[in-house]
Amino acid sequence: MSLDYLLDAANWSLTSPDGFPQRILEHLGYTALALAIAALVAFPIGLLIGHTGRGALIAINLGNAGRALPTLGVLMLMLALVGIGLVPVTIALVVLAIPPILATTYAGIRSVPDETVDAARGVGMTESQIAWRVEVPIALPIIIGGLRNASLQVVSTATIAAYAGLGGLGRYLFDGLATLQYDQVVAGAVVLAVLAVVIDLVLAGAQRLLVSPGVDGRGADNSPTTNRPAEPISSTA
Amino acid sequence: MIEFEGVTKRYPDGTVAVEDLSLKVETGRITVFVGPSGCGKTTALRMINRMIQPTSGRILIDGDDVTSRPDADLRRGIGYVIQGAGLFPHRTVLDNVATVPVLQGVSRREARASARELLERVGLSANLGDRYPSQLSGGQQQRVGVARALAADPPVLLMDEPFSAVDPVVRDDLQQELLRLQGDLGKTIVLVTHDIDEAIRLGDKVAVFAQGARLAQYAAPADLLAVPADDFVSSLVGRDRGFRGLGFADGAEIALKPVGHTVDGLTLELDADGRPVGWRGPDGLLPTEGTFSDGANLRTITDLVILSPAGAAVRVDEHGRADGLVLVEDLAGRVRTQQRERLAALTQDQVEEAEAG
Repeated sequence: MSLDYLLDAANWSLTSPDGFPQRILEHLGYTALALAIAALVAFPIGLLIGHTGRGALIAINLGNAGRALPTLGVLMLMLALVGIGLVPVTIALVVLAIPPILATTYAGIRSVPDETVDAARGVGMTESQIAWRVEVPIALPIIIGGLRNASLQVVSTATIAAYAGLGGLGRYLFDGLATLQYDQVVAGAVVLAVLAVVIDLVLAGAQRLLVSPGVDGRGADNSPTTNRPAEPISSTA
Repeated sequence: MIEFEGVTKRYPDGTVAVEDLSLKVETGRITVFVGPSGCGKTTALRMINRMIQPTSGRILIDGDDVTSRPDADLRRGIGYVIQGAGLFPHRTVLDNVATVPVLQGVSRREARASARELLERVGLSANLGDRYPSQLSGGQQQRVGVARALAADPPVLLMDEPFSAVDPVVRDDLQQELLRLQGDLGKTIVLVTHDIDEAIRLGDKVAVFAQGARLAQYAAPADLLAVPADDFVSSLVGRDRGFRGLGFADGAEIALKPVGHTVDGLTLELDADGRPVGWRGPDGLLPTEGTFSDGANLRTITDLVILSPAGAAVRVDEHGRADGLVLVEDLAGRVRTQQRERLAALTQDQVEEAEAG
């Protein structure tokens, strides 16, 4: 085992079609596409069932069932149904990403206190204003947590794209194993691990920017609550 | 004016929260719904802004059926304050207060500017505006809740147990503040509480609810104490209703004794300016335990008489100079007259009721 392949400058050429920069971009592309589709499907459903409280049982059970499906199995099935290419890979990754996004969106929306929703309705917000202006901002740390969870799973599983004849960092794993070039396998694994950590850090940064300080407790750090001084109980009634 | 006309709320499981409630809430006054938990008072309140839909009957605000407008529209025109304030944790205090004006299309900048003024109006410093609700105490949050309800200057304010989540000292503060605000604003306020003392203190009119929102009595607080309609009301009002009822009786008509009057061997000692120092007697100087001035009610005077070592309350003028004494026997005479007048009114009511029935 050696790091030669990883450290070889030739493999980091920006123009090489099978260098790391190109493979990383491909890998990010598959990941982003799958996450975007999964979010487009799971977020509105999670929001709807979280807000109305209806259909939660079905949605959560479907989500859990999706979680139990082996991604490689889904990929095989899709390859058999639609042939090789981007479509079967994306479907397999979307199936993987939907459950965490759906479950956390639902859980986040449900975690908003009843009296906050009651107050929002009472001051005259419409149902969609309640959902978008009150429930989503308050649930955001949990929702983004689900997205981070999903992104970690998808970025590591997107290696299966190589199995379906595409690129991405999976190429180094499959090709390296097939040709017994283990330094190539090690290189792919290291780059993939670093990529996963970087993506998580980026999302953590986004979370800090998007979530209100009043929700995640940052607002409470700098200034302690100043209570009004207690006045003596007056006897006038 | 808010009118309930034969309003009933029956849930699908058969529970009846409110049954055939008819009631008129006067414009510009504080009307308190009071009763034990589960009596339907909150349900009745929440039907006014359609947070709960009545099964039958209707509710009119100034003659308009509340169902004649879209829900959200109706609610933006009615202030709403709930227990624990229900502030939006992700918004600053200013943005919480600005909520309704922004919903109504006022620019955020303009809404924030008037929100800052409103904060001072409810007794908060304007620099709290940039904080988040989690950084405020319970009492401060409740004040922000009131400011949020007032932001669009609605004619009607609904308050659902607004002060029950704060400690007694803060509650006392908030109650005073509400009365002061109402003196300036003259809103039509409907307030729900389970605390009869709060009801008596805040209400211009008090509606006592028994189970199923049966209206046990609907009267001014003084009448509630003086003439409880039935056993349920008298048990709710409590044992010392006689003493508390004196709080609504004027103390001006009591006969005064001159300041130099000696009571049971005690004489009031004054300083050079004529302010009371204490009671001088064989055992030395004893405290007066407080004084009262013009406009005090019978309850305050009675309390001072009871506390005084001389059995006499000291009246002072606007400069704090003693100008008269109320002796226990004079007080007793005044209280006796007060109760006879009360009972005479009660008998009169019963006669009228019998004639009407």
